[in-house]
Amino acid sequence: MARLDCPGVAKLARLARLDLTSAELAVLTPQLDAVVEYESRLGELDLEAVEPLAHPLDAYNHLRDDAARPSLPLSQALVNAPQQRDGLFAVPPALE
Amino acid sequence: MQTALQQGQARASDWLATSLSVIAQRDPLLHAFLHLADESARTAAQQWDDAARYASGPLAGVPVAIKDNLATHDMPTTCASRILEGYRSPFDATAVERLRRAGAVIVGKTNMDEFGMGSSTENSAFGPTRNPHDPDRVPGGSSGGSAAAVAAGMVPVALGSDTGGSVRQPAALCGIVGLKPSYGRVSRYGLIAYGSSLDTVGIFGRTVADVARVLGVIAGHDPRDGTSVDAPSEDYEADLDQPVVGLRIGVPREYFAEGLDPEVATLVREALAAYERQGATLVDVSLPHTPHALAVYYLVATAEASSNLARFDGVHYGQRARAGNLGELYERSRGAGFGPEVKRRIMLGTHALSSGYRDAYYQTALKARRRIQQDYLNAFAVCDVLAGPTSPTTAFRLGERLDDPLAMYLADIYTIGANLAGLPAISVPCGRSREGLPVGIQLQAPLLAEARLLRIAQIAERASLKN
Repeated sequence: MARLDCPGVAKLARLARLDLTSAELAVLTPQLDAVVEYESRLGELDLEAVEPLAHPLDAYNHLRDDAARPSLPLSQALVNAPQQRDGLFAVPPALE
Repeated sequence: MQTALQQGQARASDWLATSLSVIAQRDPLLHAFLHLADESARTAAQQWDDAARYASGPLAGVPVAIKDNLATHDMPTTCASRILEGYRSPFDATAVERLRRAGAVIVGKTNMDEFGMGSSTENSAFGPTRNPHDPDRVPGGSSGGSAAAVAAGMVPVALGSDTGGSVRQPAALCGIVGLKPSYGRVSRYGLIAYGSSLDTVGIFGRTVADVARVLGVIAGHDPRDGTSVDAPSEDYEADLDQPVVGLRIGVPREYFAEGLDPEVATLVREALAAYERQGATLVDVSLPHTPHALAVYYLVATAEASSNLARFDGVHYGQRARAGNLGELYERSRGAGFGPEVKRRIMLGTHALSSGYRDAYYQTALKARRRIQQDYLNAFAVCDVLAGPTSPTTAFRLGERLDDPLAMYLADIYTIGANLAGLPAISVPCGRSREGLPVGIQLQAPLLAEARLLRIAQIAERASLKN
């Protein structure tokens, strides 16, 4: 299995949308590498014909009637918004 | 023997006053609570006292503490994370709502490992909780605040959550009872998600009977949780006194292998011998995939976490960092808001799901998870419950495992299987080490067999009290 190095961990941080300092990267890299190496022990198992189990119950979709119901009022839905404008969540521009 | 709930005080306000005075005395050192709701609790208690003549509930006037990842409309819900500092949920979690309806008085919100990620409660952004039996040691985690609050006598019962052992392990390390119900038995509505296919709402108490009563209140179908099981609720408390005849206890040989503290092994074996004296038969069983369960768990839990925690982005709620554009806003808010363990797990999950590795890691883990479930089904063909240690060690010292995440993860070795397979499991005290630290025995039962699990747990509890 591939080992994790600093550039690899920096790439993971970008994918996970985490701003990490170089000091954090230096600490995290060997720690993550050790866990990933530990995880690789699953490679020892013969799992050829095994069906994956994503969920402990026999999961199926519960559908309710497609009828309108009251939901959270706008004022409450926005109560924790760091910034809001005209009843919407406000953010800085996505594109420069 | 009277339980804490049975010997509770006649008036809700007196019960609350006792609870608040123990908190005032012990919490400055132990730090079990992140938020105390003294005012709203006093109002709630007064309301129950005023209504006492014509209203009653199974938990009337009982002071209860709630882990800070369960939503409460009248107090903060932070998951012990900077990123949710100041967050107030507009609604109650279903479990909290049902407690209130049954008469419980919510005293406050308890400390935890940030987002439930940890086994010591040291990963709280607001400082660790200490073990009431020895303040230099951890209470376990991630629900360490709730466990310490019950063990220190601050509240008779508390709610936690259990994704990989986060109720059972701190219960063992603090010397109390901790129940993880079957997946889907208690609604997850309002439980802030960590690993959605593993998360359960769990219960701490000083006795099995108290835990059974709380389970009766919070269990049951909830249309607001799509994975909530639509099975008839049982009277778990009344069922406790049903006789247990021809009990077969499976003892997985993998649970007594390398890494188990010999003192813990001795006390658990003594508890098993006590079962035998009561007429139970011990059956040697094998859960052959146990050595691989931890790897499966850390792949599944982190993959689900990396997806669940994407919602904390500084846009809709929580802490927002200053940024010139939206991408920076996400990265800086998350970089500043999450602690080190949460970052580690998000990155591990991102790795497990990333292009080129998904088959080798995540898919492989799901296949191995099927094998783990099959191991349990095979074992339950020859026994009624499985018994073994809850945690491989007693409470460790603060700081001892902080630099070695893998060593910390090993604290969950015996508890993660029940989450992967969705089974109900409980930790019951079974003695103290020579240093006076509590040890717990874990019992695991088939899916939805809580009533049986609690009955069998009570036998262990009674045996342990006799010693």
